[in-house]
Amino acid sequence: MINKKIKINNERMFVDELITGDIVDAGTSIYFKTGSWRSEMPIFDKKKCVNCLICWISCPDSSIKISFDTKNITNVDGIDYDHCKGCGICASECPTKSITMIEEKK
Amino acid sequence: MIKTVSKNGKIMAKTGNEAIAEAMRQIEPDVVAAYPITPATEIVQIFSQFVSDGIVKSKYIAVESEHSALSATIAASAAGSRAMTGTSSQGLCYMSEMLYIASGLRLPIVMTDVNRAISAPINIHADHSDTMSVRDSGWIQIYSENSQDAYDNIIQAVKIAERAMLPVIVTMDGFIISHCMEVVEVYRDIDVKKFVGIYKPKRYLLDIKNPYTLGSIDLQDYYFEHRYQLAKAVVDSKKIILDVAEEFKELFGREYDLCEKYMIDDAEIAMIVLGSTAGTIKDEIKKIREEGIKIGLLKIRIYRPFPVEQVVENLKNIKVVAVMDRSDSCSGAFSPLYSDVVSSLYSHGIIDIKVVNYIYGLGGREINNLHIKNICDDLNKILLGIEKQPYEVKYVNIRKK
Repeated sequence: MINKKIKINNERMFVDELITGDIVDAGTSIYFKTGSWRSEMPIFDKKKCVNCLICWISCPDSSIKISFDTKNITNVDGIDYDHCKGCGICASECPTKSITMIEEKK
Repeated sequence: MIKTVSKNGKIMAKTGNEAIAEAMRQIEPDVVAAYPITPATEIVQIFSQFVSDGIVKSKYIAVESEHSALSATIAASAAGSRAMTGTSSQGLCYMSEMLYIASGLRLPIVMTDVNRAISAPINIHADHSDTMSVRDSGWIQIYSENSQDAYDNIIQAVKIAERAMLPVIVTMDGFIISHCMEVVEVYRDIDVKKFVGIYKPKRYLLDIKNPYTLGSIDLQDYYFEHRYQLAKAVVDSKKIILDVAEEFKELFGREYDLCEKYMIDDAEIAMIVLGSTAGTIKDEIKKIREEGIKIGLLKIRIYRPFPVEQVVENLKNIKVVAVMDRSDSCSGAFSPLYSDVVSSLYSHGIIDIKVVNYIYGLGGREINNLHIKNICDDLNKILLGIEKQPYEVKYVNIRKK
C-alpha cells in the first residue's frame, strides 16, 4: 500500500495513514532498483549456457531471469540489470563459463 | 506433578514467583521462551513443569540466553501467537537490544521482570536499576507492591498489550515479593481465560494469504513517523490500562488505577514510591498520622506511560514531597522517578512545591519503618521552615561519615 502510493503519486504518507509498526506489503524490494550499485557487470553468453540453473540458485538478489519453453523446460534468459549488484557469484559459479564480468561503464 | 494447581480458584499461600507461574498457567500462552536467572528462575521453572506435565498446551522453548529468549518470543509473537517470557537484572540488560525491536514492531509480548540490582559488584537482591535502564524502550511498565498485585497485573497485562499493540513488563521486587510467601487470592481458571480471551492479531506472518514485510529498513522518509506512532501509542495506552482495570474490577472485584492514593487527599507532605516499599510506607504513615502530621503516599503503579496528569492532580496542593527512587542514574543530576515527577509538575506550572530526591535500598539494602519515619521528620522540618530543601540527592541508610 505504501509503495503503491509512492509509486503512483510520489507522495509521502502521514502518520495517521501509516499501518502501525514498521510494516509494509510483501515483495516491495522489486520497486527498489539496486542496479546502480554495480562496479562490475555480468555478461551472459546464451550459446555456452546449458541451463543448469546454478547461477539462478546462487544469485543473492534473484537477478537471473528465467523462463519456461513449450516443453516446460527452464531456460536462463539473462540478467536483471535493474537489481543485479555485480557481486560476480554467478560468474564464479558457472560451470560452462557462460557468464563473465566486465567493468561497468556509465 | 505440581500439586498447587487449583482450577477453581481460592485463597492460597504463594510466593510472588509461584503466583506469576500460576497466572501464566491460567493464561496459557501459545509460546514461552525463557532462560533462568535468580530471582526469576522459579517462574519459568514451575511453568516448564506445567508444560512437561501436560497441564498446559503451551510450547516451551529452552534457549541459551536472554537475548535468544526475547528473540524467540518476538518471532513467536510476529507469527501470530500469544507469547510470554520472564527475566531479571542482567537478563533484562542482555535483552535490551531486542526490547526496542519488540516495541518497534508493536508486538504484544508480556514479560515478568523480577527487579534485581545490576552488576558489578554482583548482587542478587532487589532494586529497580534493571527496569529503569530500559524505561525508554517503549514498553509499558507495571510495578507490583505484593504477590497479589503481581498476579493481577500479569493477567491485565495480556489484555493491555494486545489492545495497545505494545509489549508490557510486569515487575516485582526480587526476594521481597518473588520469594516471600503471602496470601494470594487465585481466581478460577475459567474466569481468567474468559478475561484474557482468545488472541486474534490483526496481521500475523503465518497468514500466508496476506503476506507482508516485517522489520524492513526505514530511513529518513518514514522512521520518524513510525517512532512518533510508538510514542503516541504509549501515551494513548493510559486509557486502555484504565479500561482493562475497569473490566478486571467487574469480574474479580479488585480495583486498579495508574497510581494508588493513600491518605493523600488532605496531606501537606507526601511520598512517591514504586514497588514493595509502598507497603512499608503505608504502615508507617498510619502511625505518623496518629501524631497529627498530615502525610500521604502516592504509589506509582504504571511507570510507563508515566501518569503525568494524576501525579499533578494529586500533588498540586502538597507542600513538600519526597520522591523515593530505588535506582541511581549516576547522572550527576537526579534519579529517574524524581526527574519524571518534577518535569510533570513543572510542565503544568506547579513550581512552588518542594521536592526532595531520596535514593534507598540499592542492592536490597534494608528500608524499614524507622527510615521512613526519619524521612518524614526531614520533610516536616522543611515544611515548618526549620531546614532548607536539600539541593542534592539524599541517600537513605548508607554508611557515610
